[in-house]
Amino acid sequence: MRSEAAKEKETEDLAKPARPRAPRTTKPAAAKTPAVQSSDAIAAEDEAAFALRSLQQSHANNKQYEASDDELLRFYEQMVLIRRFEEKAGQLYGLGLIGGFCHLYIGQEAVAVGLQSALKEGHDSVITGYRDHGHMLAYGIDPKVIMAELTGRGAGISRGKGGSMHMFSTEHKFYGGHGIVGAQVPLGAGLAFAHKYREDGGVCMAYFGDGAANQGQVYETFNMAALWKLPIIFVVENNGYAMGTAVKRGSAETHFYRRGTAFRIPGMDVNGMDVLEVRQAAEVALEFVRAGNGPVLMELNTYRYRGHSMSDPAKYRSREEVQEMREKHDPIEAAKQELLKRGVTEDRIKDIDKKIRQQVAEAADFAESSPEPAMDELYTDVLVEKY
Amino acid sequence: MAIELKMPALSPTMEEGTLAKWLVKPGDEVKSGDILAEIETDKATMEFEAVDEGTVTELVVAEGTEGVKVGTVIAKIAGEGEDAAVSAPAAAPTEAAPAAAQPAVEQKAEESDGRVGTDAKAKAAAAIAPAGTAKPAADPEIPAGTPMVSTTVREALRDAMAEEMRADDRVFVMGEEVAEYQGAYKVTQGLLDEFGPKRVIDTPITEYGFAGIGAGAAMGGLKPVVEFMTFNFAMQAIDHIINSAAKTNYMSGGQMRCPIVFRGPNGAAARVGAQHSQNYGPWYASVPGLVVIAPYDAADAKGLLRAAIQSDDPVVFLENELVYGRSFDVPQLDEFVLPIGKARIVRPGKDVTIVSYSIGVGFALEAAEALAGEGIDAEVIDLRTLRPLDKATVLESLSRTNRMVVAEEGFPVCSIASEIIAIAMEEGFDHLDAPVLRVCDEDVPLPYAANLEKAALIDAGKIAAAVRKVCYR
Repeated sequence: MRSEAAKEKETEDLAKPARPRAPRTTKPAAAKTPAVQSSDAIAAEDEAAFALRSLQQSHANNKQYEASDDELLRFYEQMVLIRRFEEKAGQLYGLGLIGGFCHLYIGQEAVAVGLQSALKEGHDSVITGYRDHGHMLAYGIDPKVIMAELTGRGAGISRGKGGSMHMFSTEHKFYGGHGIVGAQVPLGAGLAFAHKYREDGGVCMAYFGDGAANQGQVYETFNMAALWKLPIIFVVENNGYAMGTAVKRGSAETHFYRRGTAFRIPGMDVNGMDVLEVRQAAEVALEFVRAGNGPVLMELNTYRYRGHSMSDPAKYRSREEVQEMREKHDPIEAAKQELLKRGVTEDRIKDIDKKIRQQVAEAADFAESSPEPAMDELYTDVLVEKY
Repeated sequence: MAIELKMPALSPTMEEGTLAKWLVKPGDEVKSGDILAEIETDKATMEFEAVDEGTVTELVVAEGTEGVKVGTVIAKIAGEGEDAAVSAPAAAPTEAAPAAAQPAVEQKAEESDGRVGTDAKAKAAAAIAPAGTAKPAADPEIPAGTPMVSTTVREALRDAMAEEMRADDRVFVMGEEVAEYQGAYKVTQGLLDEFGPKRVIDTPITEYGFAGIGAGAAMGGLKPVVEFMTFNFAMQAIDHIINSAAKTNYMSGGQMRCPIVFRGPNGAAARVGAQHSQNYGPWYASVPGLVVIAPYDAADAKGLLRAAIQSDDPVVFLENELVYGRSFDVPQLDEFVLPIGKARIVRPGKDVTIVSYSIGVGFALEAAEALAGEGIDAEVIDLRTLRPLDKATVLESLSRTNRMVVAEEGFPVCSIASEIIAIAMEEGFDHLDAPVLRVCDEDVPLPYAANLEKAALIDAGKIAAAVRKVCYR
């Protein structure tokens, strides 16, 4: 008979993340072994537990995606685009050109790039919360119309009426851009429902944060998604903080990938600071979901270098903690080192950096110089039809 | 003393029913828990259980009898030691239905198993509708000479969904108990049989979650009809109705639509207490980006639900449980779709305008009939759509009658009535010969006690009193 603590230990070993976790504690398991348990019951329990852990097992067995040099160069380029874009957005915010809430994705780039590179753009659906610039750029949406939306211009992707948190591209099957924490999770399940209903083979990837993971509607959705075997990948981007609340201060179960267990949704614990590991994990999850097995819950352990939003001074964590992540676990730097190790020249990498800087500068110019929306836009798009 | 068994009320709104089948006969011993009979309401067939022990002495009401009022003695049982002499069973249904006095309730030859068809159900339901409330004037949208079929509001709503589902395979229905149970209020009856479980989907009790899934499916290109068992439960889901469904088209600059219908019963039912009795019309009608429809009669229910499903906008479709069983004429047209955003003059008049919607229209028509006897000729407007509101029809009527009362089954504060009065002030002031009055429910959570509940809700008498006031009578 195995104790709960022993099982906990085993799962821990299996799930050891490649990067040191951001502040998080593992609660010691309570020694709560029933006095009598039949061997059948144990066998059945083990089987169920194995099924739920099987994806994590495959992931643990092989964590690195075998990218070609070209693929890795593309991942690098996309991550650099997101970072430079976000840095520029932060700058424009400081100049008063971007208003309201603006949540930057700096530090988390490997998550969106690694996962979405495995999707079929324009076929599989993507939905996320308000920290959405990175996911749009990773899905090939033009940085110009994103930046113009941030500056509230008529040429913005939402005609200037959505802003940083509300951007959409039905053409790319990017469905927003949602400002209410957790709301994108059932909406994503609805997109997955539509894929299944139409039998088009598509999958929905629904991103949410460690903060949103505590919203009740997330679990309502887990239940229905598993019950109806919807083709959806739930992605928890665990960046360590729900706004200013460290994960351990807000979550009883800090291992988010285990939170689907009650709904029989297999979980995966993934190092979100390594684009190749993220991509490899996506392959495992997609294979499972595309085969009609229902949802997967992925936890991507990552870190945001900036505050929750532009107005957050981030006093809840130490400068050393941020520095440590930046210096030792930066996803872009890691990809660069891998490229150099493969013999890609420093010059080639520099060319990419230069090209991206140029692209972002053009997007910023476009966003600054485009006119604001025409006044008659105030009353357009309230309803689709005329009554 | 023989025990009298009386026709039971099997739902909060049941006033009468059909004694579909007796499962005991005179002379049978019964004990507590035995099933005595099957009783059919307009929603379902229910079993009637014995509470007392004894011997059945008489079946007072024969099986197959329709329109048996709640409280009518239907059988007698002799207790232990009492004379259990068996009386002759009731002979024919017609003679055995003493309470079914409404001439509208015709007797129909029953099938041998005692079940009644939908016609009989519709007729039984018609008898529930209060006299004088059930017949709005002909709708100008319907061509003259169109054949009419008497239909309950419940059936009209079901027909609308079925017709849209036949026409467009993107349309599906989801909600609690909509499929296998055939609808908590039987509005989705038969849909599962025709369209199967892929398109008629039972959800767990999880309003926030399935409203979100519905909205997401609409964003993904489908046309969901999401049923809330009642709109009281939709408060759990209101974030998705407003933040996800209503605002997306605007926030996306017209790029991403959310063509979804949220429908279900709204407003006070009967004796279900405060948490189950509220009209959310004013809540939703205050939100730009939503269409809000609240029909009264069966034709409007059908024509407007079809329009709602066809629309590319998110629609909140507010029904009323107390009206589900009422029958009205519905035009027999293949493509019967009514325009959203158009009010209807359901009773023309020249002295005063009564504006109402949903169940209030029935009370307003009743009040207008009573007032006619006093020489006051009231015009009644059914708003039908609460957003966008048909101001033109209201103001045009006001310009002719110069007096107005708004009747609304709902709270008075920040109500549709408040809105209509504001419109009259801003755009109809010069036409007013008297202040506009509102007749709403009392400003309290709805009480349970029958007398208090009655006092809290609007009725025809309260509307008539307000009309006399604005007419200075």
